[in-house]
Amino acid sequence: MSEAVAIFLDGSIYAAWLFLVAVGLTLVYGVMKIVNVAHGATYTVGAYAAVSLCGAWAAGGGNEWGIYLPLVLAAPVVGLILGPILERLFLRPLRDEEETVLMLVTYALFLILEDSVKFIWGVDPYFLSEPYLLPGGIDIFDLTYPVYNFGMLIAATVVGVGLAWFLSKSKSGRIVRAVIHDREVAMAMGANVDRIYLAVFSFGCALAALGGALTAPTVSVIPSMGVEVIVLAFAVVVIGGMGSIIGALLGALLVGFVRAMAVHLLPEAELFIIYLVMATVLLVRPSGLFAPAEARKI
Amino acid sequence: MPQRMLAGLSVLVAILAAAPWWMPPWMLFIASGALAKGMAALGLMLLLRGGLVSFGHALYFGIGAYAAGLLVLSGITEFLVLAVLGTLATLVLALILGAFVSRYRGIFFGLLSMALSMVFYGLLIKLQSLGSSDGFNLGGIHLLSIPMQGTAGQVPTYLMTLVLSVLAAIGIDQFLRSRYGLLTKALRDNELRVEYLGQSVRQLVLLNYIIAAGLAGLAGVLSAVAVGHIGPEMAYWTTSGEFVFMVILGGLGHVAAAFVGAGVLSAVQAVAYAVAPNSWQFIVGASLLACIVFLPEGLWSLLKRFGRRA
Amino acid sequence: MKSFSLRALAIAVSATLAAVAPATQAAESVKIGVVTFLSGPAAGPFGVPARNAAEILIEGLNAGKVPGPHATKGFGGAPIQMVLVDEFGSTTTQVSEYRNLVQRQNVDIVVGYISSGNCLAIAPVAEELKKLTVIFDCGTPRLLEENAYKYVFRTNSHSGMDSIAAALYVASTKPGTKSYAGINQNYAWGQDCWSDFEGTMKAKLPAATVTTSQMPKLFAGQYGTEISALLAAKPDVIHSSFWDGDLEALILQAAPRGLFKKSVVILTAGETAIHKLGNAIPDGTVIGARGPHSVFAPDTEINRWFQQTYRDRYNTPPNYASYHMVQAILGAKTAYEKAKAAAGGADPTQEQIIAAFEGLTYESASGKVEMRNSKGHQAIQETAYGTTKMVKGQLTVTNVKRYPADMVNPPEGVKSADWIASGFKR
Repeated sequence: MSEAVAIFLDGSIYAAWLFLVAVGLTLVYGVMKIVNVAHGATYTVGAYAAVSLCGAWAAGGGNEWGIYLPLVLAAPVVGLILGPILERLFLRPLRDEEETVLMLVTYALFLILEDSVKFIWGVDPYFLSEPYLLPGGIDIFDLTYPVYNFGMLIAATVVGVGLAWFLSKSKSGRIVRAVIHDREVAMAMGANVDRIYLAVFSFGCALAALGGALTAPTVSVIPSMGVEVIVLAFAVVVIGGMGSIIGALLGALLVGFVRAMAVHLLPEAELFIIYLVMATVLLVRPSGLFAPAEARKI
Repeated sequence: MPQRMLAGLSVLVAILAAAPWWMPPWMLFIASGALAKGMAALGLMLLLRGGLVSFGHALYFGIGAYAAGLLVLSGITEFLVLAVLGTLATLVLALILGAFVSRYRGIFFGLLSMALSMVFYGLLIKLQSLGSSDGFNLGGIHLLSIPMQGTAGQVPTYLMTLVLSVLAAIGIDQFLRSRYGLLTKALRDNELRVEYLGQSVRQLVLLNYIIAAGLAGLAGVLSAVAVGHIGPEMAYWTTSGEFVFMVILGGLGHVAAAFVGAGVLSAVQAVAYAVAPNSWQFIVGASLLACIVFLPEGLWSLLKRFGRRA
Repeated sequence: MKSFSLRALAIAVSATLAAVAPATQAAESVKIGVVTFLSGPAAGPFGVPARNAAEILIEGLNAGKVPGPHATKGFGGAPIQMVLVDEFGSTTTQVSEYRNLVQRQNVDIVVGYISSGNCLAIAPVAEELKKLTVIFDCGTPRLLEENAYKYVFRTNSHSGMDSIAAALYVASTKPGTKSYAGINQNYAWGQDCWSDFEGTMKAKLPAATVTTSQMPKLFAGQYGTEISALLAAKPDVIHSSFWDGDLEALILQAAPRGLFKKSVVILTAGETAIHKLGNAIPDGTVIGARGPHSVFAPDTEINRWFQQTYRDRYNTPPNYASYHMVQAILGAKTAYEKAKAAAGGADPTQEQIIAAFEGLTYESASGKVEMRNSKGHQAIQETAYGTTKMVKGQLTVTNVKRYPADMVNPPEGVKSADWIASGFKR
């Protein structure tokens, strides 16, 4: 019984983390049709920004509980600075290139950003464990879970619901959906695609940075922390359906629970189970489990 | 092919063939590796010409290497056997996997190929009998009575790699001029119309896929012989990324372009390591970006421009 | 007209050749190529501390400042020149860099390598190029147990020792252990360490059972699920050979959940974490340093010099990677000087240094090192484990147990896996 509860909780917590990390990637792909490999680097920059901002807060004598403010603020800060730079300078001029070329551009940006992080913050690890330890732990069926993890669950839900509401109910959201469906027609109808792309990409960066910032208190922040994460994010996005927010959520849940079951019941399978799931989904339903319908052009 | 280009290429091949006499041994080693990787990149270039980008090409590179490794472990050290059986293994596997994979296009093809290569990578890590992440060494390989490893084997291995690379290049060049090759180019533009022309698209894609895999497999065997060691990282996605980078660098214009790309990348890596050990990623990333922005047709277009002016 | 491209080609080729012409060597100096991780995840915990140690040791040796038995300047009077190479990248790249180091830079000795994959690939190349190569940190037992090399030496005990001693520590401090579990990275290092630990536990505490063996991917970073599984399994003892980034994440994520209170956690490579994460490590954690290094090092003149000089320069104490590097360089130096004396004062040849190195016993910053196994090419050393305890805000290790070399290293000619399986027959 308690094992089942543990699997459920572990799966949900891991899924929440995956969702936070992957949602920006699927959003950018859905709107701009770009597979943004630099997402992993933005994630890393978000973590470092959180370290710096929280460090400044603590040094400036800020309230203990107030540390969550700079933690979360790291996301929009990174999004508003990196997003426009990357989109305007590198992605807009090459917008008409093939999908795969753009993916390579983002891969190049990933490499550049990774080393830039080393130049700015150095190679030594940083620790930011106060936000993680502050709320303490909670006992469930004699397993202790950190309250922070449930905080991440809430954050993931807020982001997911907020995004879904924005896209379906708000005016700008519906314009974005129109661009997702057909860029040219949306342009013809008067949508300012340039501005939308800039906004969406910056928002995607902010989401990646949020993932990194919220992860920072649980790990040692090192320059290479984005490398493994980007592969995971890919797998989740592909499984759920590229461009679908619901897909990212369900993909995260699927991967989270499959992994939790593997770890608790069959640890040896853990290593490549995620790639196996990814390959299986691709073979069975190539556009992912919940991809939005796409009109085919002849 | 214009006369001048043919002449230029022949001169290049002659210079490379004479390398054992003018290249220092450490450079010869890098050259062997670059040629082998160029062969894998050549296969990838073929796929790209047909409009398919694989981010898991290293799968077959790794399979070729491990096939050779398993043969060596069971006592076979004759190079011809390793090369033939290794390539055969990749061709067979490509036929099986290709039946599924060839149905996909665009980014899905890319990611599916990546997923498959990572599954293989994960399997290799699990197999402690094959050394897991450490891999294992291959020793004592020879071609008939000529050693292919150790100090005496460096030159024979280099020359064999060069010969096979040139043969592969000529072979692919002929293929591209053949009916299938021309249709492959058309694939990239519009698949549906190729189907209307009477050519089964699936068949064509599968054919290209198998050829590309075979080239990568042979490259894996050559690499295993030259380095004397194989490991799971040969199938990792960053190795696939290297091959893609080589094709982008070289361009799609000519079969030699893949080798040019491989050579330049190997040179850039060697220099970046020596000059800036802590920021070589930056250098590689910046070079890739510069290449995409300023040389979208790859370095080959640069050489063509020089040739025309001369 | 045709000559334009040909001329350009010729100029390019000769320029390249000139730029990469072999570097000439200063007369009378000993050139050492040092290969270690300067970038990537292994740089922070191992590569950079090792490089730092190499730098201050070589500087100290050249200035004659190193006390004790190594007071002679440089290598037998000849100044040491260091060439640094980054160990990052694929094995193929590393083999290429090794050849570059030996054939273009003409180093006399190569000291290096942390990654087992690289060690295994480099060794036959060292034999081929006939260059004395001293491995300073690689863990895989297979390097010298499965092959005999003339030019390759390893001056640190391999990973077998770490997990064997860990199990011995458990057997002596917690003989009532009924169950144990493991969390190790799923690649050669983690797999080997876990099977060594399990094998030793089976021999020494046969009544204890394994409740779960978690093997997450290397660099996974998020261990929430694994920690839950470990908590649910309720083992008395948990073994982990995690290193740096993963180790720190594990500590940060597991400590607040009470894992360290509910079980005794043994971190076989834990020493690197205590300098950075000191106050996050709960009391009662068992720490290993892959040898008698750092907190376990004896209070000798040379160790005091090393600790002081390192701390002054880098504001942090040296860790076991630093000690491994010192051990390798001092071993090479001792062998060199012994060979030089035997050659009547002339500069020794590679073969002479090798003959002197085989079976050599020398003193390093962490005590005695004996080149006993694998026909004198594999070092054996004692090791130590201790339990952490916070004293006045500083992390200290108490209940230190030392294990003599013979107890934790296999006898000559026996593979460590076989030795464990046989029940440690000598």
